[in-house]
Formats: sequence, structure tokens, C-alpha cells
Amino acid sequence: MYQLLKQIAKVGIKTEAPPDADERLRVLSGELDAVVLKHFGRALAIRHVDAGSCNGCELEIHATNSPYYNLERLGIKFVASPRHADLLLVTGPVSRNMEEALRRTYEATPDPKLVVSIGDCACDGGVFGESYASCGRVANVIPVDVAVPGCPPTPTAIMQGILTAVSPRRK
Amino acid sequence: MLETELFVAADRLPGAVPAYSARLEPAALRPACEQARADGARLVALWGSDETPRGRGFALHVALAVPVGLVWLTVPLPVEHPRYPCIADLFPSAARMQRAAYDLLGVHADESADHRKWLRHGAWPGGTFPLRKDFDAAKKFPLTEDRYPFVKVEGEGVHEIPVGPVHAGTIEPGHFRFSIVGEKILRLEERLGYKHKGIEKRFESMTLAEGARLAGRVSGDSTVAFAWAYAMAVEGASGTETPPRAAALRGCLLELERIANHLGDLGYLGNDVSLSFGFFQFWRLKEDLLRANDATFGHRYLMDLIVPGGVARDLAADNAARLIAILDRIESEVRQLRSIYDEHAGVQDRFMTTGAITADLAARMGLTGFAARASGIRQDLRVDHPVAPYESMEIRIAVQEAGDVAARVAARFDELFESTRVLRRLLARLPEGPIQSDVALPSAGRTGVGWVEGWRGEVLVALDAAADGRIHRLHPHDPSWQNWPLLERAVLGNIVPDFPLINKSFNLSYSGQDL
Repeated sequence: MYQLLKQIAKVGIKTEAPPDADERLRVLSGELDAVVLKHFGRALAIRHVDAGSCNGCELEIHATNSPYYNLERLGIKFVASPRHADLLLVTGPVSRNMEEALRRTYEATPDPKLVVSIGDCACDGGVFGESYASCGRVANVIPVDVAVPGCPPTPTAIMQGILTAVSPRRK
Repeated sequence: MLETELFVAADRLPGAVPAYSARLEPAALRPACEQARADGARLVALWGSDETPRGRGFALHVALAVPVGLVWLTVPLPVEHPRYPCIADLFPSAARMQRAAYDLLGVHADESADHRKWLRHGAWPGGTFPLRKDFDAAKKFPLTEDRYPFVKVEGEGVHEIPVGPVHAGTIEPGHFRFSIVGEKILRLEERLGYKHKGIEKRFESMTLAEGARLAGRVSGDSTVAFAWAYAMAVEGASGTETPPRAAALRGCLLELERIANHLGDLGYLGNDVSLSFGFFQFWRLKEDLLRANDATFGHRYLMDLIVPGGVARDLAADNAARLIAILDRIESEVRQLRSIYDEHAGVQDRFMTTGAITADLAARMGLTGFAARASGIRQDLRVDHPVAPYESMEIRIAVQEAGDVAARVAARFDELFESTRVLRRLLARLPEGPIQSDVALPSAGRTGVGWVEGWRGEVLVALDAAADGRIHRLHPHDPSWQNWPLLERAVLGNIVPDFPLINKSFNLSYSGQDL
């Protein structure tokens, strides 16, 4: 236990400042009004759905919870069920074998809800494109509010996408 | 080549890997596999191909690892009723590969005990086969109901827990069907294929140059291993030699990938036994490494750096020194963290005896990678069939005996330290010279093999080239194909709350096996 506490004390706090929202990432013109966002704001529950990614984006989503990024300190946490979620964080291209599961997860998420698509494949199908087995981008299956490109996008970019989704649209 | 050492007459395939190719009639497949099995061979991959544009029928391909290297068996099958004898009784990991080969190509394994679909869910109808050359890749069929007959466990007090495909954590999608009594797992049945996105069909629409990017995204956490295996296959088919500096840099990239993945999983393994301290410490170190990757190679996960012919980006001398410095620091911190894990009674109580795979079962089922080594199997491509730069590295194989979570954790620690040692050696003495060779276009029908010891296990890429630098057939094979069935066995008799821990100790790829 002494070694463990010593390690914690030695390392100290590594968390860095979070990024600002970026309007360029917004796809839909913010259906949530400012009043809702004021309450919704930064107490946000996220359900992650991997709809067919190569798992590269998942590595960076994990990293958003690492000490450097520490997403949870902003009141944003990952939850185990879509029924507890305000926002779906979707990676992929959406494989056709996940199409139904993604749609059902979206339907199970209570309104009002937000969707942030993560990664090049989720934004435009990426290297996998559309085919007999792939629906391509997430917006081909469910409505997307904010799309974050990158292969994979950095943890900072992912946080920026989430924060953009929950910030009121700047005119 | 020494034919006496092989169970069939085979030709040496050109390329870095000691690989041999042989053609067999369907009737000769089982006797050959029986002989290979008796000689201690293991199954590396099984896939099919459509040869009708070449005026032939279909073909089944079986890749076996034997003491002298890799043997690629090709079995021609007729256009009408393409069938071959099942080999899943000899090599149990063949079962799912045979089912996938049927779903994608319609080649049928006779006498197989399991004819259920595997990669096909509801996205294309039965009797339609995406990897046939006359199948239009862009065609979308209406989704149909996906019925799948799970094996039912019956008896007093038995009930089922269905989990997935959308899981509770940040995990890839798949379905797990637990049959339990109380908290004890009586049976686990996996259903995968949710991420099938047509990767193999996609390769066939690409040039060899374009395919490198896709190969690096078969399984994102193994992007270096797949990109290297792909490059090796293309280089074999085209007769390209890689410059020594490129080979050394490839070794650096592969070991950096191994360290990053072990750091991440060691953190989660602490987290899964309620030691969140472990998660934060290891993920801090992993982030340090990813940032160093980005600063020195230009990508946090080292994607698209290995290309056919060499590597896409050179490493400046001061960056090599920078990497060595960060690796030194990570290694010394991980040694400290290992002693904290080792001395933590609560952690060890959860790790030890949990999710055990015996050496005998591992060998019989064909377990691969660090998980196999944790079950006492002395096997590592970097030692058994080293390509440059591994010939002179004298890799120490990280073997453990117990086969439980604790053994897989110990193997990961040992491999992490070994990788830092290899990296220090490589980085300190990088050969001078170019980082790329010109790649000639292979002529149609030329084949090549890439076989790489990735962080999870052995990654295979088998290439059959078409004319004009295009791809006739390419099979990328993730070691998860072999290891997923062992997870079903590892959990038996354990309690449901230990499943996430056991699962993470293997950390298998869904994308890599769903293709």
C-alpha cells in the first residue's frame, strides 16, 4: 500500500485543459434549444456504440478517460445502457449486420438525444465504403448531430465533438 | 528445399517467410492433414477462392505451421457442388473458418458437425455468396430476420444470460450466450460476425498499393502487424527486397505496437479487479508512448507507415534518442507497477486460477500468441522463423505455465520488457540507407505470404495477385480466429463476474475475425 500511495503522490495530477467546442463539426442545426442545453449541458451520459469500426476509434475513446484527458471531470460519463444515455457516440462504418442493433439502440435512447459519429468511417464510410455488408456513414442509418473525422480522431478531437454537441449553437 | 521434412511435396514460395505451396486433390486433403497433425502442425488459416475467371472452379486454401515454416495447401474444387472433407476434427479452430468459407463462397465442408452460418446474419440471403466473382459488391439485399440456433443447456436451475451485440462498456460488438447455474458458468457460446463489412471483397476492387491502407484497418489495434504482413506478401509476390533500414524500422514499429497494447490491457486488468489505480497509471504511460509515436513517426497508432517496399517515413537520429529515453522511463515505471500488482493480495486473488487454459487444451485447440505462451506453449514467430530484423535479436520467449489470468498478465509484463530491450537495440544501431525499394507489379497468379508475430498472436496475409497490380484474392487472418473458441473454454466453471476479467486478459479482436 505504501508503494501504491507513493506512486500516486509522485505522479501528481496529469490532467490537461479540455478543448473548446468547434462549430465546424456540427452536422445538424442544433435541434435542442438553449434552455434544454442549459440543464443538459455538462452532466452528460454517453452510450458508446461500435457499429462496425476497425477498433482504432475505440482505442481513442478509451483514452478520453485516461488521466491526461479525464473526460469524467467535466461531468461526462459513459453508461452501460442506452436507456440511461443522453448521447450516442457511434463508430463504424455501420456494418449491415449492426444496422438493426444501432437503430434499436437509438430508439431505446430517451428523447431529447444527441448523436456524435466518431472517425472517418463513421463520417463517410472511410476505407470500407458502402457495400453489400456496409451501410457506410452513420448518418445513413440514424440522424447525426456532430461528426468528428480522423483515423482515428485524437482524444482531444473526440472530446471536442462531444462538447460541440452539448454547447448551444453559436450564430 | 528439404522435401523429406514436409508431409507433402511442396515448392518454396519466394519471399521473406519460409513458406511452401502445394496443390492437393480433395481426397488427399485429410490424409495430408492427419500426417501434418501427427507431425505437430497447427492450423494458421483456412479460406476459399473463386477461380472461375481463370477457367477453373473454386479452391480451398489451408495454411499450416510446421517446423520448417508455413505450408499453403490449395485444393481445387469443381464449379458444381464445391465440397471438401471437413478437417475440424483434426484442427478444431477450422470449424468457424469452414463455416465462414461457406457463408462467403459457398464451398461446403463434408461431414462437418456444425453447419450453422457464421459471418452471414441477415444482410444477404443464404445461397448467395459475396466472394464469388459474379457477386456485385455494391448490391444491397433487404435485411432478413437473423435466426441462429444456439445450443441449449437444460437442467434444474439452469438459465441463460444473453449479452450483446451492443455491450455495456466501450467494446466491439458481439453476442455472448451464457448458460449458468447460480453464478457459475456452465457454457458460453459466442456469436460473432456483427462487424462483417466486406473487407475481403473490398480488396478485390483495389490495387496492391491501395490495399495497404485497408490491410492496416483489418484490426486497428494490430495495424502495424497487418500492414507488415501485407507488405511482406506483396514483396514475396513481386520479388522485392526491403532495405535493411526499412526492416529495422518495421521491427521498431511492431514492438512499439506490442508495448502500447500491453500497457492498455494491463491497465484495464487492474481496473477489472477494482484497482482503478492500475488503469490510471498504465493509461498515463500508454498516452506518453502514443504521444512519442506521434512526435517521432507522425501517428499515434503508427498507421500507414509500413508500405510494400519499405516504410513511408524515416526516423531522425534525435528522434531515435528521444524514443529510447521515453522507453527507459516507461520500463522503469512499469517495473514499479508490476511489483505493486504482484504484491497486491486482492489483485492476485482475482488473477490466480481464474480462466485457466491447460497446455494440453491450448495445443489441441491451436491457441496462439502470448495467450499460448502463457499456457506453456513455446512458440513465437520472431524466434521460430525470424525475418529481418529479428534474426540477430535473440528474443527471449515469455513462457508461463499456469495458463490463467495471472499467467497472461505475467506474459504481457515479460513481453513488454523484452520489447523495450529489442527497441533499444534496434534504435541504437539503425542501419544507414534507403527506406524503400521499388515494387515491381507481380504477374497474374503470383502468390505471396506475410506472417508476423503481432502483439496478440500470428497474423497471416495470403495474396494471390491479378493482372495490372490488382488483387485476385487476399485473405487477412487475425489470430483471434484461433483464440475466440478458447475463451469459451477458459470461462467454464468460473463465475459470471469474472468474465470481463478473463475476456480482457485475452483481449481478442472482433473486427479482425468478422472481416
